[in-house]
Amino acid sequence: MDSVTTRVPVKPYIRLPKGSQPPSLYEPYHTTLKRAPLKPLIVVPHTLSETTGPIFGHEKVGEKDNDLTCQHAGEPIGERIIVSGRVLDSNGRPVPNALIEIWQTNSAGRYKHIGDQHPAPLDPNFSGAGRTITDEQGAYQFITIKPGAYPWFNHYNAWRPAHIHFSIFGTAFISRLVTQMYFPGDPLFEYDPIFQSIPDEKARQRLISKFDLETTRSQWAKGFKFDIVLRGPEAIPFES
Amino acid sequence: MRADNDLVPTPSQTVGPFFKIELTTDDHCVRCIADPQARGERMWITFRVLDGDGVPLNDAMLEIWQADSNGKYNHPDDPQQKQVDSGWIGFGRLGTGEDGSCVLETIKPGRVPNGTLQAPHLTVAVFARGMLKQLYTRVYFAGDAANDNDPILHLIAPDRRGTLMAQPDRAHPGHWSFDVRLQGDRETVFFDV
Ligand SMILES: [Fe+3]
Repeated sequence: MDSVTTRVPVKPYIRLPKGSQPPSLYEPYHTTLKRAPLKPLIVVPHTLSETTGPIFGHEKVGEKDNDLTCQHAGEPIGERIIVSGRVLDSNGRPVPNALIEIWQTNSAGRYKHIGDQHPAPLDPNFSGAGRTITDEQGAYQFITIKPGAYPWFNHYNAWRPAHIHFSIFGTAFISRLVTQMYFPGDPLFEYDPIFQSIPDEKARQRLISKFDLETTRSQWAKGFKFDIVLRGPEAIPFES
Repeated sequence: MRADNDLVPTPSQTVGPFFKIELTTDDHCVRCIADPQARGERMWITFRVLDGDGVPLNDAMLEIWQADSNGKYNHPDDPQQKQVDSGWIGFGRLGTGEDGSCVLETIKPGRVPNGTLQAPHLTVAVFARGMLKQLYTRVYFAGDAANDNDPILHLIAPDRRGTLMAQPDRAHPGHWSFDVRLQGDRETVFFDV
């Protein structure tokens, strides 16, 4: 029965606009040299294998998992911040029930990871990992402390600008996004090849969160806004 | 009104070397994507991820998405008139170990329609330090007769299709291996999706 034709409606997703995404090979970020494919990628039409994807329930997320400041007996050291925003698709529609996972350094710039041995202190009250699920409006919020910059070995005197790693699952396997959120005014941007790898200047700027007075809480924490856009279907399906 | 630029998808950035503290903790890995009662042919696929020098990556992450043994995805946008297997999860996530490998326990997927029926396959996204964005590839099964008519394999030059074939371990029935080569003579086929 191999030749049976089986038609199923598939809604194709938009293709990523040129310049909005970093290339796989970006020489100033040296590790890409041996980890980027050199043969051309094969352009494929979208099938159900691309346009469906995992859906996570709330069972995977604890109530306090989005508050990185209350995972231990004491409070972590550092500048308390509230990071919030919305997840939208490329049609401007909110993405509800999206799993967002974050990880980051403590305020001194050190990860609680065996591979991070640079001479900055660990904070016994900070693990630096959290997760949440977007609500019906695609909104999310994390309470954490501002991460520090940290050194790495890419080039002489290389320091990463302070950042929070974000992992987001959208509506399809191909709308999956892993990115990094930065903080406004960081003097390290111009020296950081990971940030600079994004060709389009406007696209790059969108990884920088904005200070937000509205979500700032008096006497307690500064607010930062970070909205995320994921690939959505090519056209909005007709809704009756 | 929203400026057009605001709806361009957010740029990707590397997962970096430290994602293990959230993404691949014991709690957050999914090494088995089919509950014990799931129907179908159970299998174990050993993945290895290798760089352009053939050096295994001990800091890569694989995410896997696949249909159940009946070719049905666990997702509302799969319009096929059949129920997804009750034991089916469909999503896997693994971090590579020191030797660059990891083992996924799953069920052989069924054939997913797309004009014609596609051959059984897993969709895989590869993440690592040194990768600014994920790469997509597919795992097919060497020797499966359906491979000859698969519409996606037909887009690939015949001499490169082999890079997408999981190979059976003849000594251990149910066990398969699949190498992801990021670069080099036998560079895995990656897809522009
Ligand atoms: Fe980092």
